[in-house]
Formats: sequence, structure tokens, C-alpha cells
Amino acid sequence: MSKVFIALQANEETRPVIEAIEADNPHAVVNREPAMVKIDAEHMLTINRESIEELMGRPYDLQELQINLITLSGNMDEDEDSLTLTWNE
Amino acid sequence: MTTTAANSGTTAKTPTAKSGAPGAKLNMKDRYRVMTRDLGWEPTYQSREAIYPYVEYEGIKVHDWDAWEDPFRLTMDAYWKFQAEKERKFYAIVDAHAQNNGHLHITDGRYLSALKIFLQAISPGEYAAHRGFARAGREFAGVGTQVACQMQAIDEIRHAQTQVHALSNYNKFYDGFHAFADARDRMWYTSVPRSFFDDAMSAGPFEFMIAIGFSFEYVLTNLLFVPFMSGAAYNGDLATVTFGFSAQSDEARHMTLGLECIKFMLEQDPDNLPIVQAWIDKWFWRGFRVLGLVSTMMDYMLPKRVMSWREAWNIYGIENGTALFRDLARYGIKPPKGWDDAEQAIDHMSHQFMLAFHQWNFGTSFHTWVPSDEDMDWLSEKYPTTFDRYYRPRWEHIKKLEAAGTPFKNVGLAQLCQTCQLPCVFTEPGDPTTLCHREVEYKGEHYHFCSDGCQDVFDNEPEKFIQSWLPMPHLFQEDLAGSVPDWMQWVGLINDTDNGEYVGSGDEQNFTAWRRQTTSNS
Repeated sequence: MSKVFIALQANEETRPVIEAIEADNPHAVVNREPAMVKIDAEHMLTINRESIEELMGRPYDLQELQINLITLSGNMDEDEDSLTLTWNE
Repeated sequence: MTTTAANSGTTAKTPTAKSGAPGAKLNMKDRYRVMTRDLGWEPTYQSREAIYPYVEYEGIKVHDWDAWEDPFRLTMDAYWKFQAEKERKFYAIVDAHAQNNGHLHITDGRYLSALKIFLQAISPGEYAAHRGFARAGREFAGVGTQVACQMQAIDEIRHAQTQVHALSNYNKFYDGFHAFADARDRMWYTSVPRSFFDDAMSAGPFEFMIAIGFSFEYVLTNLLFVPFMSGAAYNGDLATVTFGFSAQSDEARHMTLGLECIKFMLEQDPDNLPIVQAWIDKWFWRGFRVLGLVSTMMDYMLPKRVMSWREAWNIYGIENGTALFRDLARYGIKPPKGWDDAEQAIDHMSHQFMLAFHQWNFGTSFHTWVPSDEDMDWLSEKYPTTFDRYYRPRWEHIKKLEAAGTPFKNVGLAQLCQTCQLPCVFTEPGDPTTLCHREVEYKGEHYHFCSDGCQDVFDNEPEKFIQSWLPMPHLFQEDLAGSVPDWMQWVGLINDTDNGEYVGSGDEQNFTAWRRQTTSNS
């Protein structure tokens, strides 16, 4: 099975985002590299707005991710509630 | 009360808001529809064919342009907001870098060579991509595509500008940065990315999207921007990390656009498959050759290294590329033709290319050096099957000659590949002791190639590639008449300053002296 991934800059804004991704995707592997965090997951990864808002304590627009996004891999789909990455096999 | 950036997040909770009512907010999908599709119209004064003359001549059949959708669903209003925030962050950090002697915080002056190659070879490519996407946005017939290309055109010029601004701080203190624009057009190693982008920009709009949007962005930029920028962070280079990650935040959108483009073509008509496959084969190999430059930066020029070129390839080439092509197999797409040759080359290319740079370093606007014993041990560990066997003995030999005061300089000119324009310094797949060289006769002229991949590209489009401008033949043309000093002036290279060995260079002396001053008052 193929892995999707997303990499974010390592900073205060992304800390709760990464925490939310970890909580919502127990199969994901978080790699902390210099200045960045790369999260790999078999087949699919989901980022949920509500989980991030819960940790941030404020409303969050998923498009804000773009500011700290470094790279991603997989077929992407985004609406206001979630962003998913998947490979079809 | 919400922050501006959180508006759509908040509105998602109030689905009762009616569109059209004052203050009502649309959800993301509706907003995308209104702010992209609804901006288009059916022309009546002119035919669609007259307005979009280039969308059909490549043979790609499109039945429904509306099937093209940006999965980020980014609209221009949100685009400006997020890009403005990226720019504010970027310039705050670049100011801090300049105000805090950022040029002395790098691990070692050798690191500057990687930045010089970046500025000479990559940043002008960003500008070329800007021009290319401005054109593609005009030539594509669908509104979703046009808007996405417009954003990418603006992104690319932002990348060129932020890179020039960030690196201008280094230009105040070090040699070799000043003539990057001339180098882009004239220097032998920068003609490699130049020819890549010129080839893409002179292709049709769909091929351009495969070249830049798919091969370069999706398959290859991860190798350039992600581990190299992480490496810049490791080497204390605040300015480069900042422009790199700021650019890469756009690249994620570009990669998505590239992948969407390829799926769009394949879903529109089964006749598109062979055309798309041929472009994938061509542009994978073209991109792979450009990345030869990056392999030397990662294995040889970062004083502190995050991962080897081989390790980066394993993650972003093999793992990610395999996943991608496995996904596209449902359309009948196969991995690129040069995939196996590329895999064979990975453990050799940085060494072969760096040895070439070193022997021709009188003609490079950056410094080179023989790797230290510690660096060679690192290379042995990272390349256990190749470095000690094929490359350490050569470096040891070069080191001995340099110690004896009789350094080897290759004053002959390199045989260039007609397609990728790299010197033919690479070896046969599966046989690292035999130089790879291919030759083709076309209309009475001989053309030379570094690999089967590059020969294939030529064979498919000979009339395009016989027109290639090559830097070595130019040296013997009228204006330069074979004079190396005249050539140096023409490419903006200051002899004994910008070029040659790092040890003993002005950059080394200044970096060492200035760094000493940071902890001393004398």
C-alpha cells in the first residue's frame, strides 16, 4: 500500500495542527526533521478542522494551512471541515 | 467575534445563511464556483477556436472544461490574503537576517557555493515558470484552469523576487552572486535548467503543464526544496530556509494542479493516454538531469548534511514516485521510461558531477574543494557500494596532486549533451567505469548525448533540438573567438575571485576573519 504525506513548517501555529493530525490518524507516523515535520500515513490522511479548533481554542480556517504547508503527496480533497489525502489502489 | 482568517470556518456552522443576503457567507465549494466558474462566459464576437488557438494542436481532446477543479478551491480573494501573510513573514525574517549579521551565522563559507548555484540556476527558472504560467493561463480554455494558472504565475514571480532579495544580503559580502542573470543565459552549467525551461515554454500549453506542473513540481521539486531547505536550516541559513519554505508552501498547490491536470487529460479522452505517457517519459528524464545539480549541493556543498542525495531519492523519488505511478496505473499510465536508469544513476551522479565541477572550477562562479577525510567517510557510509570503490581513489589522487602543487585542471572543453546540455560525464547504466555517450547523425550533422533518455528526447523532436544554443560551441563563435578571458567577462565571472578553490579564496578569508570578529573586540 502507498503512503500519502504532508509536511508542515515546525512552528507554534502548526503545533496544534500536528497534534490534531496525530490524534485523528492513529496510523500516521510523525517525522520531526530540522525546521519541518513530515507526517506519513498508509493510504489516507485526514485533517479535521474541529480537532484543530479544539486544541487551538479559536475558530480555524483550513485554508490557513497553506501558510505553513511545505509539501504533500496524494490525491487531495478539501472542504471547510476537512482535508483528505488518498491514493487509489 | 472571529479573526479574519477564520471567517469561512465560522460560517460553516451557519448553513442557514442565504447567499445574496448582506453579510451572508458562502461555503467553500459555492465560493469557488462563484469566484471562478462564474467569471467565465461564452464568447459571441469570436469563436472559441479563434480565442484559444493552441488548445487543440497538441492532439489533446477535451470534452468538458468544467471537469477541471482545483481541489484546494482557492479563490483570488483568499489567495491575496494568504500570500500577503506569507510575504509579511518572509520580509520580517529577511530583515532580521540582515540586521543580525545573518551572513556570519552559516556553518561554514563552503555552504555559499550551494546558494550561488541556487541563485544562478534555480531562481531564473522561477522567473521562466512565471512567464510560462502567464501564457498557459491565457491559452487554456477553462476558467478553473485559467484562475489556477494565474495564481501560479504570480507565485512564481514572487519566488524569483524573494530568492533574489534573500540572497542579496549575501551578495553584499561574498563573491560570485553578482552576475546571476548573465550566468543564467551564458554559463555552461546554468544552461541546463535554462534549456529545460525554454523547452517547456516553447511547447504547447498541455505539454508545458506536464513539464512544469507535473514532472518538475510533483515528481521533482520535493527533492530540491524539502531536504535542501531543511539542510539550509541545519546550516544556520535563516534567509534561505525562509524563502525556501515560503516558496514551497505554494508548491504544494502547484503539485496539486499538476496532478489534477494529468488526471483531467486522462479522464477526458482515452486517446490522450499515449500523448501524456510520451510527455511523462520525456519530462521525467529532463527533470532528472536538472537535478544532477542538486545532487552535488546535497552531498558535497552542505557542511552539515541532513540526508544524502540517495536518502532523499529513496523518500521523494522512489517512495513517492512509486505511489504516484501506482495511482495513475488505473488510467494506463506506466512509470517513466527512464525510471530504472535513474535508479542506477543515483549512487553515482553526485560524485561524477562534483568531480567534473572540480576539474573545471576555473569556469564556475562558485568555489569547489576536495572533500575532507571526515566528509569522505560520510560519503562512504552513505554510498557503501560506490564511493570507496570508484570515487574516493579519484579524490585522493586529486588531493595528492594539489598537495604537490601540481593540481589537475581540465582546460579542454566538455562534450555537451545536445538535449540536457550537461557535459557528458555520466557512465553507462550498470557499468560505472564506462562513459556513456550516444551519437546520432541528423541531416548530415552529428549530435551527441549523455544517455539513452536524452537521445530519445532528440529522436522524437529533432527539429526542435537541432536549434539548441549550446554554451561550448558559443565560445568559438565570432564575438569570443575562443578567448577564455573574454568568455569570463561575457558570463560575468571575475577570475581568481568568483572561481577556483575554496581554500585560499576571498570568501574563505573574509568569512574566517569576520567570524573571528564576532567574538572579539580587537
